[in-house]
Amino acid sequence: MTRHWRILLLASVVLVGVGCTRKPGPAAPKPTGFGAALVESSGGKQTGATGMVLAQPLVVQVNDDQGNAVTGALVEFGGPAGVSFDPPSGLTDSSGQLSTNVALGSMAGRYQLTAHTFTKARKLVELKVEEIALGYQQQVGYQLDNKYCARCHNPESTPERVSNYDNLEVKPHPFTEGDTLNKMSDADLTAIISHGGPALNKSALMPPYGYTLSKTEIEALIAYIRLISDPPYHASGMVYAQK
Amino acid sequence: MKNKLSSLWQTLFGHPVRAFGVCSLLMLIMLAIAPAKNYFSEWRHYQNKYLALIRGRGEAVTLQRHFHEGIQQIWLPQLGVVDRCTTCHVGLKEASLEDVSTQPFRRHPVIPHTLDQYGCVMCHRGQGPATTVEEAHRSTLAWEQPILPARYVESSCGQCHRAPLTGTPQLNLGRNLLGRYGCVHCHTIKLPDGSAIQPTDDPPSLEHIADKTTREWIYAWLKDPQAYAVTATMPNFKLSDPDARDISAFLIWSSAPLAGDTVPVPRGQKTPDPTEGASLYGESFCASCHAVQNAAGNVVGGDIGPELTRVGTKVKPEWLRAWLHNPRVYDSGTAMPHYRFTDPQLSLLTAFLGNKTDSDLLANVHLDAATPEQIAHGKLLVTEYGCASCHEINGIKKPDNFAPELTRIGSKPLTQIIFLPGMTHALPDYIAAKIRQPRSFGSALKMPQFSLAPAQVDALTTALLALTDRAHDLPLALTVPAKPTSSYQPAGRAGQLMSDMACFTCHAINGRGGDLAPDLTWEGSSVQRQWLEAFLKNPGTLRPALIRRMPRFNLSDDDARELTDYIMTVYQTPAFDRDSMPSSGYPPAQVEQGRQLFYSKYACQGCHIVDTKADKGYVGPTLTQVGSRLTAAWIYHWLKDPQAMRPGVIEPNRNMSDEDARALTAFLMTQKGSSKGGAKK
Repeated sequence: MTRHWRILLLASVVLVGVGCTRKPGPAAPKPTGFGAALVESSGGKQTGATGMVLAQPLVVQVNDDQGNAVTGALVEFGGPAGVSFDPPSGLTDSSGQLSTNVALGSMAGRYQLTAHTFTKARKLVELKVEEIALGYQQQVGYQLDNKYCARCHNPESTPERVSNYDNLEVKPHPFTEGDTLNKMSDADLTAIISHGGPALNKSALMPPYGYTLSKTEIEALIAYIRLISDPPYHASGMVYAQK
Repeated sequence: MKNKLSSLWQTLFGHPVRAFGVCSLLMLIMLAIAPAKNYFSEWRHYQNKYLALIRGRGEAVTLQRHFHEGIQQIWLPQLGVVDRCTTCHVGLKEASLEDVSTQPFRRHPVIPHTLDQYGCVMCHRGQGPATTVEEAHRSTLAWEQPILPARYVESSCGQCHRAPLTGTPQLNLGRNLLGRYGCVHCHTIKLPDGSAIQPTDDPPSLEHIADKTTREWIYAWLKDPQAYAVTATMPNFKLSDPDARDISAFLIWSSAPLAGDTVPVPRGQKTPDPTEGASLYGESFCASCHAVQNAAGNVVGGDIGPELTRVGTKVKPEWLRAWLHNPRVYDSGTAMPHYRFTDPQLSLLTAFLGNKTDSDLLANVHLDAATPEQIAHGKLLVTEYGCASCHEINGIKKPDNFAPELTRIGSKPLTQIIFLPGMTHALPDYIAAKIRQPRSFGSALKMPQFSLAPAQVDALTTALLALTDRAHDLPLALTVPAKPTSSYQPAGRAGQLMSDMACFTCHAINGRGGDLAPDLTWEGSSVQRQWLEAFLKNPGTLRPALIRRMPRFNLSDDDARELTDYIMTVYQTPAFDRDSMPSSGYPPAQVEQGRQLFYSKYACQGCHIVDTKADKGYVGPTLTQVGSRLTAAWIYHWLKDPQAMRPGVIEPNRNMSDEDARALTAFLMTQKGSSKGGAKK
């Protein structure tokens, strides 16, 4: 009788043991190189829609103390809840770089992401990168900016869209220019967009858009301008960082 | 053990009175279970947490007033919505909770719809009637629909909105890709109105392929299309070497020669200098449609036509020359215009493009002469892989419904899906994995490997998730239909000319055509006859900042006149008469007033140029000769309301008074320009 019990007990222990063994996740690869510095190659300061993969991957580079690229260094990415990286960690390639696709969280705002690697002495080297997630309203604002505003307000020229910024006698404020735009109230911005520069005693080169854009569209534009402002506009927009 | 139990029984039920008391007590406890479950429920816990959260806030009284205890429900019978999400998500409508980032108390971001109109699950999916976190958000045994991840949320807009929306770029892109990558050649997708999504990729016919290229190139292309052109939308079928060998053998064997699609390259001429060809390539604005990969690896140019980085390795020179001479001989429906190049120009371009080669591409391709067995096997493979779903191939019929229909893929029940080990059991993950790596679900599957960026995979997944049962079953009154597609075709000789020059590739007229260049529906009211005729023969620069411009088609005088007549007669707006205002003779005072308005009140020089020395506006068209280009009536009505004349233009409506508009028209009509460029005095 007792032998049966013992066998049963043993069997159940084995079964529970097997059931509870969790397959280990893909372990972080073993680094073959160590650097002294971590720098951003590209992919920082992007804007993308909430929850979606950013258009450009985030690329970071590990350098040694001479500034030479380090191959095979382990880089791990981190961010606030809701942010995902594909891949979340990896070894740098032959040019010392590691690239990851970033999907931001589900709320509009600024997201502080981190990348870190270790030196040979196990010292942590961290790099902070900021990305901006546009919610529905800011997304609409971004599209409107692209269509109506960016030709003059964005000084950067691309072959597809030549900037008119340098040609204007009175320079418009780029929408990221927080130092100026953060001092203006929403009512001021609405007035200048709807009625043009002269509404606030500014240049007539800024035409009125109140007869072209709807009230909702102007609100969306302002929500976008507030979110991308640098330094950040504090009256709105959350900063999401890792706790 | 047994003794213990019997003594317990004796203690509890030994005496009838005691037994009655114990039973009553048990009854009472059982009765208390329901209220206790209610009291300790998850949602009450969240409601209490919410009350604690708002207690310390400045606007506590208002928030308290908006708060209702107990299970809350949004019931919309017409939409089939029963949502209790607001039971825990208490602060969704509270604008003052902007700084709260903890769930479930965040306010809802601003969107064009209200909760009371549409509820929650219309957009977020999940189980509306559930009252626990687990059941509402995740799929359990009884409830299939989990919450839709934020990255696909635009798919929900697509259930009702068929037309592209400003706020849903990902959905718009996904729908575009369904056509552009040819998904709908194999997978039928019917829309609620009964029509089907049409492909937009125009895969070439292979009926005369042997005239165009070699078997070696076909082999290399089949093995890896992106090795030839990184932007190629042709997927990789992961063919083995013998399979690629046999398919290429069959395609060459089945190809029939076509009269006129090759012309012998004239012999004895000295080879033209490739740099000369480069300038003709530039002047003809080939790059508006065709891209080339530069030394830095960037693809530069348009995406309407195929990438030309290695075109010299692909096409035979005698075919290329015939194609450049008149592409419509080989492919009557091509988007490529008939340029009417002269013989020396043809030599230049053929040499220039033929020079774009990549010796690595075919270096390792050595094919022996095809055997009949190989050809037969190739035919079998072509049928099995459904090549004829996209390409016309001699002797092979286009298969119907080659792949599963995707009309209601967004509501596919999870029970019908076989997931891969380790995969999240949710529809979006399944669809995305299928698009990303179709063969990971089984090496014998036919669906090929597409080369898509992660954002493109997400966009396609979003577009497919929009194809739900709800999208099909919604009352028609609640849907926002897409713009009807137009099959407008201009009549007569002018219509033939417009097809020949592929005007609709770039311009739209009456709802049909591309958006690369201005809509010409009312061009006849807009421009002056002389200018148009001269422009068609030799297009000048209107917008100096644009890299994509109207090419010169080398039209004969007769053709240019024919086309001008047609445009001037047929493409007129019913809104006004183009001759209702004079083209000259305005009083100098009015002209001067217009000049003042142009430079001060309306500051038009910010975007336009009238005086090439002083003005620098490069956003809109240059206006130095606008008086010989546009009609006065068009300028006047345009100034009054630009969007009414051409929907979607970026020039803002200035709400201009009649007097100001008249004065500005008078000033602009004096800008007749010089005789060079497109205008004739």
